[in-house]
Amino acid sequence: MSNPPDVVTGDLEALPSTQHAPAETSVPPASSRRTVHDLWMSGTEAPSDMGRFTDEGAQEMLADDSGTVLAGQMGTLVVDDYERRVEPSGDEIQIINMGPQHPATHGVLRLQIELDGETIRRVKPIIGYLHTGMEKTAEALSFMQGPTNVTRMDYLSPLHNELCFSLATERLLGIEVPERADAIRVMMTELNRVASHLLWSATTGLDIGALSMMIYGWRERELVLAFFEKTTGLRMNHNYIRPGGVAADLPDGWEEDVDGIISGVLTGLADYESLLLDNPVFLERTKGVGVLAPEEIHAYGITGPLARASGIGYDVRTAFPYSGIEQYDFEVPVFSGGDVYDRFLVRFEEIRQSLRIVKQARDTMPRGDYRTEDRKVTPPPRARIDQSMEALIHHFKIFTEGFKVPAGETYQAVESARGELGMYLVSNGDAKPWRLHVRGPSFAHVQALPAMLTDSLIADMIAALASADPVMGDVDR
Amino acid sequence: MTRVETVAASMEGAVVADSLGQTVVRVPRESLVAAVTAARDAGFTMFIDLCAVDYLTRDPRFEVVVGLLSLDPPERIRLLVGVPGDDASVPSITGVFAGADFYEREAFDLFGIDFAGHPDLTRILLPDDWQGHPLRKDTPVGSVPVQFKEANRAT
Repeated sequence: MSNPPDVVTGDLEALPSTQHAPAETSVPPASSRRTVHDLWMSGTEAPSDMGRFTDEGAQEMLADDSGTVLAGQMGTLVVDDYERRVEPSGDEIQIINMGPQHPATHGVLRLQIELDGETIRRVKPIIGYLHTGMEKTAEALSFMQGPTNVTRMDYLSPLHNELCFSLATERLLGIEVPERADAIRVMMTELNRVASHLLWSATTGLDIGALSMMIYGWRERELVLAFFEKTTGLRMNHNYIRPGGVAADLPDGWEEDVDGIISGVLTGLADYESLLLDNPVFLERTKGVGVLAPEEIHAYGITGPLARASGIGYDVRTAFPYSGIEQYDFEVPVFSGGDVYDRFLVRFEEIRQSLRIVKQARDTMPRGDYRTEDRKVTPPPRARIDQSMEALIHHFKIFTEGFKVPAGETYQAVESARGELGMYLVSNGDAKPWRLHVRGPSFAHVQALPAMLTDSLIADMIAALASADPVMGDVDR
Repeated sequence: MTRVETVAASMEGAVVADSLGQTVVRVPRESLVAAVTAARDAGFTMFIDLCAVDYLTRDPRFEVVVGLLSLDPPERIRLLVGVPGDDASVPSITGVFAGADFYEREAFDLFGIDFAGHPDLTRILLPDDWQGHPLRKDTPVGSVPVQFKEANRAT
C-alpha cells in the first residue's frame, strides 16, 4: 500500500471541486426492493411474509449468542461485574422492546432487553431512528451555512455545536476572533450548559418520580431560554455562533438579564438540593444504580458528567482550553461513586461553576467588535453597502458562494453539556466542507448502556438511562 | 522528541506529521491494531473517535481516522489509515477498545468499509435493507425514490 509522502493533506487541492461526481445511482429499481418490512414486530408472531423480513426482532437477539456480542450485551466486555442472581426467579425469560416511542427513553432510542423476572440480563441499544444524514447535508452547505446545520444535532446544547464547528473552521482559515466574541461565546455556551443541566434535572426527576423537580427545572430553564431568545432571536437552534465571531452583539440591558439568571438559578438550585439530595426515596432510587467503572469510561470513550461522576476528572475546558476559557476561574467537580446519585451531584455543581464563569464574563466583558475584522469571512456592514459597489459585491459573494477555506483537516473538541463534542473537519479548498464528522458524546454513552443497565432491576434502568442524558439528535445525526 | 513521536517510533511504518498544530500519525493498515495497542500501552488509554473519509480521486481512496486521548497529561493522538477503494477493508480495533464497536459499524454503514474481525458488523444508522453507502462521494444527494417502507407501501 502506498503512503503519500505529504502525510496530512495529501493532494487535497487536486480533489474535484464539485462535491459529488455524477456516478451511477445505487438505488435499485422499486420492484427489487422489499416492500413488506416491519421493524416493530416483537418476533413472537407466526412466521409469515411479514415475519420473514423482521430484523432486530426478538429471535435475532436470541439467535446471536457469539461470545463477544453476548458479552457486549451483558455489559461484561470491559469489566465483568455481572452478578448472577442467587436464585433464578423461575419466571420465563422474556424479551421486551423499550422504545423507540417510550417516554423514558428521551427520544427515539430503542432498547431490546432480555428479562429474567424483573432483572435485566441483556441489553441491546438500537439507534438510527432519528438519522437524517446531517453529515451528508454538511457537505452540501457552505462553511457560512454550517452552523445552521450542526446546531440541530444536539438540540439541547445547540451553542456548543455551533462553537465547535466555528472553531474548527477558524482553525482551517487561520483567523482569530476578537476578545469580545470569545467572551460572548464562553458566556453563551456556559449559559447553555446551565439550561441543559436544568432540563436534565427536570426530566430525570420526573423519571424517578420527583414530579415537582420537573416543574422547577423547566421554570428556571425558562430564564435562560428567554435570554437566548432576546440575544439570538430563537429559543433553540440559534445559529448565533458563526465562523468569525457571533451573529449579533449582546442586547441592551443584558447585564441585568444575566444577573437575573444567576440569582434565579442559584435560588432554584438550593431548592432542588434540599428537595432531592436528602430524600430517602430519591436516595433509594439513585444510590448504587447504573454504576460505571473507570475502565469502562476509558474503553467506551465516555466523557462529561458521566466520566466525572466515576472519578475521571477529564474536562475539555481545562485539558484543551478554547475561546480563552482558561482565563476564567472555575473548578471541575469530580465524584467517585459512578452512580446516578453522583451524576446528580456533578451536574448540580457544574451549574454552579458555569454560573461562576458567566458572572466573571459578565464583569469582565471586553469592549470591541463581536466578529472578526477579516473581510474574507465577515460581510460588510449594512451602511457600507449603500455607499460602495465593492461592498455590495462582497456581500453578495459571501452569501451566495461563501468564503473559501484552505485545504486541510482538523479535529476540534469542546466540552458540551454531555461531554466531549468533537468535529473532524476536512476542507479541499472549496467553500463547502469535504467532510464533516461529528463525534457526539451521546453516541459513546448509548453504546455503554449495557454496561450500566445489566444486572439491575428494570425500574432502576429508567433512572440509569436518564442519568446518561442521551440526546438522540446527537446520536443519530 | 514529543510523546506522540516516541509512541509513533514504536509503530511499524508510522509517519508523523503536523496538521495545523495537531500531531497526526499515518500508519499502514496492516499494523493498525498493533499501532493502536502500542498507543494504548503508552498511556493513550481513552478511545475518542473513529471515522472515515472518502477522498474519491486520491489513492488510496478512503481514510480511516482514529482519535485517542491521554488523560494525564492531556494529549491527543490521531491515526490516519489509508484504505484502497477496491479493497475497502481495515482490521477492527474492537479487541483493543470496546468502544470502537459503534463507530466501526457507523463507518461500515455510511462508507461500506469492512472492519475485519468486528463481532457484529451490521448497519447501525440506516435500515437493514438499505442499498448503498450514502457518505461515499459518488452517492448523489437528494435522489428519489426513497427506500423507507411507508413510501412504497401505498401502491
